[in-house]
Amino acid sequence: MSLLEVQNLTLEFDTDEGRITAVDDVSFAIRPGEVMGLVGESGSGKSVTAKALMRLNPDNAVYAPRSRITLNLDDGPVDVLGLRTPRQMRVVRGDAVSMIFQEPMASFAPAISIGDQMVEQLQLHRGMSARAARDLSIEMLERVGISDAAKRFRQYAFELSGGMRQRAMIAMALSTKPRLLIADEPTTALDVTIQAQVIDLMKDLVAEFGMAIVFITHDLGVIAETADRVAVMYLGRLVEYGPVREVIRNPAHPYTQGLLKALPDLGDLDAELTPVPGDIPSPLERPAGCVFHTRCPKFMPGRCDAAIPEMTRVDGEHVAACFAVEDRLVSA
Amino acid sequence: MAELTQPHATTETEAERRRKEKYFTASQAQLIWARFKKNRSAMVAGTVLAVMVLMGLFAPFLSPYDPTIAGRDMEYRNGAPQIPKFCDQQGCSLRPFLHEVERKLNTATLRWETQINPDERRYVQFFVEGWTYRLGAIGLDVPGETFDFETRGVAFNTHLFGIEEGGIHLFGTDESGKDIFSRTLHAIYTSLAVGTIGVFIAFVLALIIGGVSGYYGGWIDSCIQMVTDAVRTIPVIPLFMALAAFVPDTWSAETRFFFIATLLGLIGWPTLARRVRTHLLSERSQEYVLAAQLCGAPARHIIRRHLLPSFTSYIIVDLVISFPYMVLSETALSFIGLGLKDPVNSLGVMLQNVSKADVLLNYQWYFIPVIFFIALVLAFVYVGDGLRDAADPYSNVKR
Amino acid sequence: MTETPIISVDDLAVHFPIGGGLFAPKLLVQAVEGVSLDIPQGSFFGLVGESGSGKTTLGRALLRAAPVARGRIAYDDGEVAYDVAALSKAALKDYRKRAQLIFQDPYAALSPRMTVRDIIAEPLEVMGLTRTREETDRRVREIAAKCRLNLEHLRRFPHAFSGGQRQRISIARALVSSPRFVVADEAVAALDVSIQADVLNLLNALKKELGLTILFISHDLSVVAHICDHVAVMYLGRLVESAPTRELFDKPRHPYTKALLSAIPSLDPDRERTAQKLEGEIPSPTNPPPGCKFQTRCPHAVELCRTHEPRLEQTGTEHAVACHRWKELAERPAPA
Repeated sequence: MSLLEVQNLTLEFDTDEGRITAVDDVSFAIRPGEVMGLVGESGSGKSVTAKALMRLNPDNAVYAPRSRITLNLDDGPVDVLGLRTPRQMRVVRGDAVSMIFQEPMASFAPAISIGDQMVEQLQLHRGMSARAARDLSIEMLERVGISDAAKRFRQYAFELSGGMRQRAMIAMALSTKPRLLIADEPTTALDVTIQAQVIDLMKDLVAEFGMAIVFITHDLGVIAETADRVAVMYLGRLVEYGPVREVIRNPAHPYTQGLLKALPDLGDLDAELTPVPGDIPSPLERPAGCVFHTRCPKFMPGRCDAAIPEMTRVDGEHVAACFAVEDRLVSA
Repeated sequence: MAELTQPHATTETEAERRRKEKYFTASQAQLIWARFKKNRSAMVAGTVLAVMVLMGLFAPFLSPYDPTIAGRDMEYRNGAPQIPKFCDQQGCSLRPFLHEVERKLNTATLRWETQINPDERRYVQFFVEGWTYRLGAIGLDVPGETFDFETRGVAFNTHLFGIEEGGIHLFGTDESGKDIFSRTLHAIYTSLAVGTIGVFIAFVLALIIGGVSGYYGGWIDSCIQMVTDAVRTIPVIPLFMALAAFVPDTWSAETRFFFIATLLGLIGWPTLARRVRTHLLSERSQEYVLAAQLCGAPARHIIRRHLLPSFTSYIIVDLVISFPYMVLSETALSFIGLGLKDPVNSLGVMLQNVSKADVLLNYQWYFIPVIFFIALVLAFVYVGDGLRDAADPYSNVKR
Repeated sequence: MTETPIISVDDLAVHFPIGGGLFAPKLLVQAVEGVSLDIPQGSFFGLVGESGSGKTTLGRALLRAAPVARGRIAYDDGEVAYDVAALSKAALKDYRKRAQLIFQDPYAALSPRMTVRDIIAEPLEVMGLTRTREETDRRVREIAAKCRLNLEHLRRFPHAFSGGQRQRISIARALVSSPRFVVADEAVAALDVSIQADVLNLLNALKKELGLTILFISHDLSVVAHICDHVAVMYLGRLVESAPTRELFDKPRHPYTKALLSAIPSLDPDRERTAQKLEGEIPSPTNPPPGCKFQTRCPHAVELCRTHEPRLEQTGTEHAVACHRWKELAERPAPA
């Protein structure tokens, strides 16, 4: 059974400029112990989707009535969107689900030492004694490769370097032993050499703790190195979804194909960089029909701008939402 | 590449396209105004504020009586508010009227007792001639002759309303028989004027001091900040008490008024200066300023083209926000007896009159100016907040 | 292409004082130290490094936007030659027309209070390059068209544009004064992948069309690999390696370059990362280690590295590396 099921998630924001659709009818599932990559560019709704899993979106977020997020825990399923009070939400905010952010500085309170924060949340979520929480925290800091953990335990976030902070953040998120970890661009702010260290660390930790990860990033290369499955989002819609090997080797959706062609590849220095033509439309001007049709090389007038393509099976678990893919499958 | 997105977008109507183009070509001031308009509480407060300012500006026209001792109503001292009616037992009339009142001194309690005579109607008249006032008369009379000046202004004696016989006191009268309605209107004017002068002085000082500090930075900044901090540590109330003791009794009401306003300005600048400086410091390191510098733009160009425009919206917001503090300070000073004194009409003076037990028990209409005072300060605060929220048009645009 | 490099840097040092108020002691950061390099006329020159490597500072120093503590910067575009570190006021004015900067953040680099037309026209007005409004308009439209901006959008304010469009506006502003040399500081780092390639291609096309020399500063080796013809790698304010792109990627000599290359995430899900992984982090530039600046993280560091700083040596044509042990490491077969 899957650990988390997202069904028909639709999320709009009430803003001064009107209602903006951030996520539109997105469905996916995550199995225990699996790393799912959520890839997209700015405005794709990847972060909003992830925040919805923890109910972290601001108050002007409106969930459509059909939206369902179900978290299947040992003691029964939890309807995430049905949670009302902060007390109820605790289960998705630290108990069973933890999150790490792009900018770790923002997620540590500046005036509380790292150790105190770790201890506090262990006491809150795990009901541990102060002493046990302290021991576990130091152990976790050591586990994520922070040398001299007992000393770092008493330090403040600003005293650590960027890579160290991200490690401490991971240690904090994992110390409550969540079933699901949401990592929102955890390596984007880091230098490449540090990024490589953090990615390796996260891979080791998945193997060790067996939790599932939602890995959000704009970088397909990072996804290729870490994820088991990948979901590609564009303007709030899921356009392609499948095992990472399949999606990267045989991208079915024109957007995924375009993204891969636009990426510089070190294996072939002479290859032309092919941009995806046009600009990402502003969320205020969401195209009708397939959201990608304004930039799509396979655009079929009268069809792509009229109807929204359904998710079609490409191969096995690999699905894509594109009329061109449908046609190809029909003719094959 | 932008044109590539165009061909498929055929469903857009012309009107929609124009609306969008209008948004895209909207300047920052237009964006701020558009956002401000959407903020309902700020718009309500803005309307209230506008009404109050107009009331203050046209106080003489709107008041049926001279707010000074010259306009007192000897017959109706400590009189209750008189609300014009349209109907009584004799039927209704389109023109509002008051009933005749008779007052007698009760010799046992030593209080005035009011007798309303429901048979006698007195009709309210509009655009009546009454006491003479001058518009545009500005005078400054400080000790010595050098700074004194005076303009005569134009004399008028038309007032919005009056009554054919007897008195019309919408908010009642005080113990010397002065009309509280007229006094309130003039008090709003005085308080706004003190605030304006105070804010103006504080603002000029803040702009110069904060500007120098922020633009040059370095050791100049450090020195100026020390001075600013020193000024901020001056305890205000003892200072005012000392100054009040220094103000000679011979000073005229106007002189006192300017003195208080100037004083408020001289005390109020550090906060504003600090904000100007902070804003300049952050704006100075913006990349578009660096871009201009890399074109060899002189400081003059950068200040005029980038720094000042970046500022105006914040400065206006700051001014509006600091205004109620000026009004509050004036009121507080007058209330504790250090500021303006009774013959002058300011909200602080009006508030001071409320502080007697006698008023609390018997003459509750003295409190009406308090409502205006609260409304004025609240209106400023809400408008300021609304402007501040609107002044940052990029705050909730997602990148 | 001519033989003389357009920019020739010799033993350049840029130091920044940090902290230091009226009473606080000043600390000196050696942001750039002892850098020598030549940028050939007409090249697309890549400058790569992680945060704190001094690459941005070096770029700004070339534009006289950072204080030069020591060393020489020679500029020679065939028409005029300048000693950039010691320009007279009038010469600096002229140099500003010839050398421009493209910024990283397309949001911060455009004033929100000016229309696109005014933003692009600003350099012309400040430098006094045009006499009439019509002439200014003509040049603005010319460069905007070259940067593939919609001319009808010139009346709009920046808030109407997406990141990619803004970056094109930013490029148009930098190029409107017809510079010969442009420093592009992380010009695509803030852009989405699908837009990034578009801006890179535009830069490349403009370079060819206008005969520019571009110093492309980036942290992203794979972008640099694709667009630059020559790459220099910086670490902690020092130049550690410099070579033609292909040479650098085929035969990296410095252990740091090798580590950087192996750290780039590969699109191939089956590729296992085999090469060496770096431990630790880049030291603080306020407190650099003695000897080779890379020795704290280098897997091949020996005693010599901890005491003596290596100098940049030529290893072949146009390939230079600053490492004591590059020869013995080159002879050793690469770890499989």
